[in-house]
Amino acid sequence: MRHHGIGATRLAAVALALLPAPALAAGEAPGAGIGWANRLTWGVTAADARAANPDRWLDAQLASDDTSLPAPLAATVAQMRISREPLAQIVVAVDAQNRAAKALTDPAQREAARKAYQATLNAVADEARQRSVLRDLYAPDQLREQMTWFWFNHFNVQANKRDIRLMVGDYEQTLHAQAFGRFRDILEATLRHPAMLRYLDNDQNAVGRINENYAREIMELHSLGVGSGYSQQDVQELARILTGVGVSLRPEPPRLRPQWQPLYLRAGLFEFNPARHDFGDKHFLGHVIKGSGFGEVEQALDLIAAAPATAQHVATELATYFMGDAPPPALVARMAARFQRSHGDMAEVMRTMIRSREFAASTGRAFKDPAHYAISAVRLAYGDRVILNPMPIVGWLNRMGEGLYNHETPDGYPLDRAAWSGPGQMATRFDIARQIGGGSAGLFRRPGVADEAPAFPQVQNALYYDGLAATLGPPTRDALAQARSPQEWNALFLSSPEFMRR
Amino acid sequence: MYPHVHRRDLLRGAAALAPVVVAGRAFAAPQAGSRLLVVFLRGAYDAANIVAPTGSDFYHQARPTIALARPDAADPAAPVALDATWSLHPALRDSLMPLWQARQIAFVPFAGTDDMSRSHFETQDTIELGQPVGGHRDYGSGFMARLAGVLGRGAADRPIAFTDQLPLCFRGGSSPVPNLALASVGKPIDARQAQLIEAMYRNDALLGRSVHAGFDVRDTVYKALADEMTAASRGAVSAKGFELSARRIGTLMRDQFNLAFVDVGGWDTHVNQGGATGYLADRIGALGRGLAGFVAAIGPEAWRTTNVVVVSEFGRTFRENGDKGTDHGHGSVYWVMGGGLSGGRLAGAQVAVSEATLNQNRDLPVLTDYRSLIGGLVRRQFSLSGAQLDTLFPNARPDDLKLI
Repeated sequence: MRHHGIGATRLAAVALALLPAPALAAGEAPGAGIGWANRLTWGVTAADARAANPDRWLDAQLASDDTSLPAPLAATVAQMRISREPLAQIVVAVDAQNRAAKALTDPAQREAARKAYQATLNAVADEARQRSVLRDLYAPDQLREQMTWFWFNHFNVQANKRDIRLMVGDYEQTLHAQAFGRFRDILEATLRHPAMLRYLDNDQNAVGRINENYAREIMELHSLGVGSGYSQQDVQELARILTGVGVSLRPEPPRLRPQWQPLYLRAGLFEFNPARHDFGDKHFLGHVIKGSGFGEVEQALDLIAAAPATAQHVATELATYFMGDAPPPALVARMAARFQRSHGDMAEVMRTMIRSREFAASTGRAFKDPAHYAISAVRLAYGDRVILNPMPIVGWLNRMGEGLYNHETPDGYPLDRAAWSGPGQMATRFDIARQIGGGSAGLFRRPGVADEAPAFPQVQNALYYDGLAATLGPPTRDALAQARSPQEWNALFLSSPEFMRR
Repeated sequence: MYPHVHRRDLLRGAAALAPVVVAGRAFAAPQAGSRLLVVFLRGAYDAANIVAPTGSDFYHQARPTIALARPDAADPAAPVALDATWSLHPALRDSLMPLWQARQIAFVPFAGTDDMSRSHFETQDTIELGQPVGGHRDYGSGFMARLAGVLGRGAADRPIAFTDQLPLCFRGGSSPVPNLALASVGKPIDARQAQLIEAMYRNDALLGRSVHAGFDVRDTVYKALADEMTAASRGAVSAKGFELSARRIGTLMRDQFNLAFVDVGGWDTHVNQGGATGYLADRIGALGRGLAGFVAAIGPEAWRTTNVVVVSEFGRTFRENGDKGTDHGHGSVYWVMGGGLSGGRLAGAQVAVSEATLNQNRDLPVLTDYRSLIGGLVRRQFSLSGAQLDTLFPNARPDDLKLI
């Protein structure tokens, strides 16, 4: 093999500067080195890892919401419709487009207008997908970007239902803004978002026409967890509490009886309509909730967010996402306790996890889900040579079965290794490794622009020699030594068991 | 009807009289094996509007806007009478009625689990694990993997999941079960690179066997589907969606695999599900065409010893909700299809469909447990011993519906 690419990227050198261990409190473990940087970013080579002091780096990450991108990409995102227009404006305009299409009398014109409407929905969702991938690749707030993915998946919605394709970008932004906030606030932010209200049908839930879909999933998936002791009766009562919480595209509030007018709420597309609400008293989780309007929802969320089962459920998922299968129960218990003591302060819960000895011991052992696999491969392969077109990555995620905003059911994508390491799935990864390793894979080709693309990436770079090489076992080193070309070397490295883990 | 031949008997026969010749074609052992396909409708399909109790007045009262009409032989848009109580959705007339008339399909009403969580995910897991409800759950042991283990891994015993993720039901067991989504089958990686990659995993206890099986199944499927894909690339009209996948599954099970799983989503119809036409009608119509395509693709010889079981996690509320849809319920209707089936009937225990017989005044009761149904079927199909059956479904009582 030729050795090439020494000193090729500044990012490579940067990650290594992470080595000094931070000052430790009792029970805390060092956080440093390539493994640590690899785990807390979307893949080692992150510019954020430049900080010499991991303590300060972690503090900065928990505080940062810096999504700035390198210049050409910042311009790409700034031109997007989701950047230029607020959510409500987009949804109302596209709804009008749909109505106009349906009103056409000529069948051919109507069909063309219907297709244009669908194309608009797809284009807006694809903008959000591209922005999401670009931020994972390059935004400085790497830990928050991972947390955003985690929350989206925890509070999953699927883009393809109704007009949710217009809403996923804003929904993701909402979760990004709250990612390290209080769980209670995150829960309410999702409850007030039209994407969630559409997806789980609560916009159809009204007095006398109960739809309990959202009520059930709030408790089962978003908070308490199945089997934690709530009953079918609790589901039905929460559904009653949630009556009237919905979505409105109208500019004016509805005509309401005078006594209901002060109870009406509206923020963007979110609406609480007292005319649709069941004002009877409810018995929920052992408490009586007096019929009063949206205040009932606040009371119910308070009860749900404060329940020990919620702390346990969220801590378990979080630890599984960042640390891999079966996280140590003692650590999960400490995280859950921290969750309760801090009233669901997610930055505190994260700190408890990241500064634990168990976390340090787990680096390099968690099997990457497809998103981590694809993003980390591109980050490693191209470093600070920024890609111009993220759509190939969007496509790879689809092929690997973890397409952005594509999970149909509200449980989100699974977090365990076995869900992603089946034989067919491994074979698909090797295909993608070959594509990334062997050429520029369309990552530098923008539609309609004559961009100059590199022939293939240099995975064997300074970071490799100074750090990654030492993490490889003999079988991988033996195979790499037999590579016949740099492209094949790349494909093999990205196919190696070490690169499958973080 | 074709006599049903058990796989073990056939293998024994094959040993004595090899090669077995059926319809002029010499059979090697893999073709002689009996086959099972499990189809999982994820999201809880509204069974009561697909195999509908149209003979019950209560059904029409409970579903004022979405109920199917009573059957009418003169009206092709009306449901088709199966017996005095039950009718088949008109979207399944063309695809499934020929099988019904040939007694190659049976419907099992009041089927499901004893899991009352009414949670999609909880109950899907319950079914895929096949373990007793209420005990400790072992997420590393799915029932299809245990069945594969019981059948062993002879030349004729090849399990596969036609899914893009390995489903829970095939997790566990001594050798990993391959998974492969059939919507897009790509060209396999070259042999030398595949060997180098496999070599990197030689010490990897968690991933090594999966990597090996992945290359193996890619090669197998690519070769088996080469003819079809060549035809398609020359512009032949090809099926799409589930129908394409189901036809490919038929081809692959004819030649390569004897135990398979596939899932189909999109059944969680809380809102505007439609009746004789509409959303659910379109979905069930596509499912029916897919299953008919599977039967055509697997061919009459293999179909004789093949069974297909269609399950879903639970049924839906018997009364429609306020949004012309249905919410999470309990009892479902499962389907059993097979070339050697004694079907053409509603099988299993039944009660009259009325308000009084509803479970919790909400949904249909479960009278046939999925473990009893599948256990009873595969015991006959694969001539399983009591001990093998207990490994497959611990503490379950097989229900012999005498379907084969």
